[in-house]
Amino acid sequence: MRFRIFRYDPDKDEKPAMRGYDVRLDPHDRMLLDALIRIKEQDDSLSLRRSCREGVCGSDAMNINGKNGLACITKLADLKEPVELRPLPGLPVIRDLIVDMSQFFKQYHSIKPYLINDDPVPEKERLQSPREREELDGLYECILCACCSTACPSYWWNPDKFVGPAGLLQAYRFIADSRDQATAERLDNLEDPYRLFRCHSIMNCVDACPKHLNPTRAIGKIKELLVKRTV
Amino acid sequence: MALAKRSFDAVVVGAGGAGLRAALQLSESGLSVAVLSKVFPTRSHTVAAQGGIGAALGNMDEDSWLWHMYDTVKGSDWLGDQDAIEFMCREAPKLVYELEHFGMPFDRNENGTVYQRPFGGHSQNFGERPVQRSCCAADRTGHAMLHTLYQRNVRAHTQFFVEWMALDLVRDSSGQVLGVTALEMETGEVMILNARATLFATGGAGRIFWSTTNAFICTGDGLGMAARAGIPLEDMEFWQFHPTGVAGAGVLITEGVRGEGGYLLNKNGERFMERYAPNLKDLASRDIVSRAMATEIKEGRGAGPHGDYLLLKLDHLGPEVIDKRLPGIREISKKFANIDPVKDPIPVVPTVHYMMGGIPANYLGEVVVPQGGNPEAVVPGFYAAGECACASVHGANRLGTNSLTDLLVFGKAAAESMIKFLKENPGRKDLPKDAAERTLSRLARLDNQKNGESVAEVATEMRRTMQSHCGVFRFPDTLAEGVKKIRGIADRASRTQIKDKSRVFNTARLEALELDNLVEVARASMVSAEARKESRGAHDRSDQYKDGDRLEYKPVHMKPLTARTIEPKVRTY
Repeated sequence: MRFRIFRYDPDKDEKPAMRGYDVRLDPHDRMLLDALIRIKEQDDSLSLRRSCREGVCGSDAMNINGKNGLACITKLADLKEPVELRPLPGLPVIRDLIVDMSQFFKQYHSIKPYLINDDPVPEKERLQSPREREELDGLYECILCACCSTACPSYWWNPDKFVGPAGLLQAYRFIADSRDQATAERLDNLEDPYRLFRCHSIMNCVDACPKHLNPTRAIGKIKELLVKRTV
Repeated sequence: MALAKRSFDAVVVGAGGAGLRAALQLSESGLSVAVLSKVFPTRSHTVAAQGGIGAALGNMDEDSWLWHMYDTVKGSDWLGDQDAIEFMCREAPKLVYELEHFGMPFDRNENGTVYQRPFGGHSQNFGERPVQRSCCAADRTGHAMLHTLYQRNVRAHTQFFVEWMALDLVRDSSGQVLGVTALEMETGEVMILNARATLFATGGAGRIFWSTTNAFICTGDGLGMAARAGIPLEDMEFWQFHPTGVAGAGVLITEGVRGEGGYLLNKNGERFMERYAPNLKDLASRDIVSRAMATEIKEGRGAGPHGDYLLLKLDHLGPEVIDKRLPGIREISKKFANIDPVKDPIPVVPTVHYMMGGIPANYLGEVVVPQGGNPEAVVPGFYAAGECACASVHGANRLGTNSLTDLLVFGKAAAESMIKFLKENPGRKDLPKDAAERTLSRLARLDNQKNGESVAEVATEMRRTMQSHCGVFRFPDTLAEGVKKIRGIADRASRTQIKDKSRVFNTARLEALELDNLVEVARASMVSAEARKESRGAHDRSDQYKDGDRLEYKPVHMKPLTARTIEPKVRTY
């Protein structure tokens, strides 16, 4: 199977280049990650992140034939040859398919991604009805792979000011939690021309999410809450 | 060559469930803490845990920590330490409530309490009937727990060293541990992280086998570092084969499927577990179910064109239950088995999943070694928790859900022991002159190696050898041969060669360094398996089994902290 892979090692390359690979696959190789591991057996200098190989850790996000996705759950049979692999767009490249995600995590941290509840801690669990808990479905499953944020043109333009779809999805995850008491503070934190309102509902994030989550809908809900609070 | 050095009160190596729970305790107590992780914390392998956390909350039906303790002791085939098991089962509910207070999105009952599902080997009233004890968030409990713990650490301003790999333990001549050497992946820089107390929470090592549910990062780094620093490993022959890995892919299918009412079938459509475990059937402990499955396959009742797998049926649960309680399983089955479990059974085989052994520790998380006649002398400044540690709560076989319980309970306990130790020992000892020598010579060897084999070649050979010589059923001749082979492979691992010499994010170098750790674990496992001439828990030597004829290398703690000893008996489910 044929591949063209973005290669760049700042230690020796002046500039990045696409390198071609033709690799013989094993009959058991089903996913793109399997093929990348074959390639790495031939050329140990190919650098990428990978861990769980089942789509829950979020390590191996990359741009696959022009679309962001996780290598470990992208089926080889579905890919057109030569398969073009590039690092996630819009983030600084450290080496090959490895990008610097500091800015992405900084945005995630900026939404205070933790439950805020100042009541005295009860002896047992805080109660939450199954209906209240259902509000978190489609939100808490995020794996922080950055496929969504790095598919978003608004994020490409303002990665330092726009929280981006991943961070906003998590902001709503805490707003939606019946146990969280900081909705007002969370909305204040987002009421800003950049942090939230750079989202123009282009919906690339929804298309890119390998976990089938919907950041655009969550962002819509935050905007709704902001409108409700002003009227 | 002198290395840069940074100093902290505490260094935590690993940021999975145990590392993060410990880090939280340490950060909140105001100590200076460095938490090292090879991967961004939420990418640690805890993220892949599915089924739940075992804790006797009693939300579904009557339950007690004493019954949880009994089940765990019995599950361990009486090789687990009863003091540590009592400690874990008593603490578990508190730690689960605490996690809920941190924001963990647990599934809920109508009355608002945490939902609990049945799980293998967990019972009511000392083995009478199954109990619902597993606290879960759908089939993504590990993901929910790991993210919640990370989030809580963000709140506590924990200092993370992300994508730093610890390379070797630093000990002085008295044996005290003074930190680690570590490599920053992005720059290739090596540093000494000096600590007054060091915790290993480095996780498992399933990657010594060919087929495993474990992530690529599960390379036994903590065990390799401990072994190279002269600390013996404990109970390494006990590897858990999870009954339900996707055939051919190795990806985990949670026991929660059987907890929710799924069951296993052979090629004749027979629910064969009824023959092997008449009482708990498909919810017997994992060693029993895996052995039953291997027997079915061996005796020609496996399904599929080659008769080499069994079928996990759950379509009768209906799409609603599957989508609500097991959505991740449906996703995995479609992706990795090409079937939709709403309609068809999942092809499954027993797959290496968990290491019961590890770095010997007591229930306070302190690392212990045999010394001057004392089988459990504490190593000052050194702590271990989670899968890399052997507390030992799992003994010869771990019960499902007890791994997450272990992470929480012993992550916190180890941190509390560290806090106490730091208070009582305020000074900082000098680093020995040769603190980084082992690390530097390993790195220099790799940089200068000529005519060596590739890392992938040697690693493949190791995995095949472990798989074929140290599987579900073990035989004296294949084990003896396995010991010879694995020694040869360890020797070859010391001469591997990498072509990539870049300083920047050199994953070839990392994989070579990981192989050093893997071979330590593989060798310890094979040698221990050959040496333990009895069948116990997950270690099955069909040739040698004599009931009551049991070996103990380190005395098992039969005396619990407050409860009465649970006396050994014949183990049936």
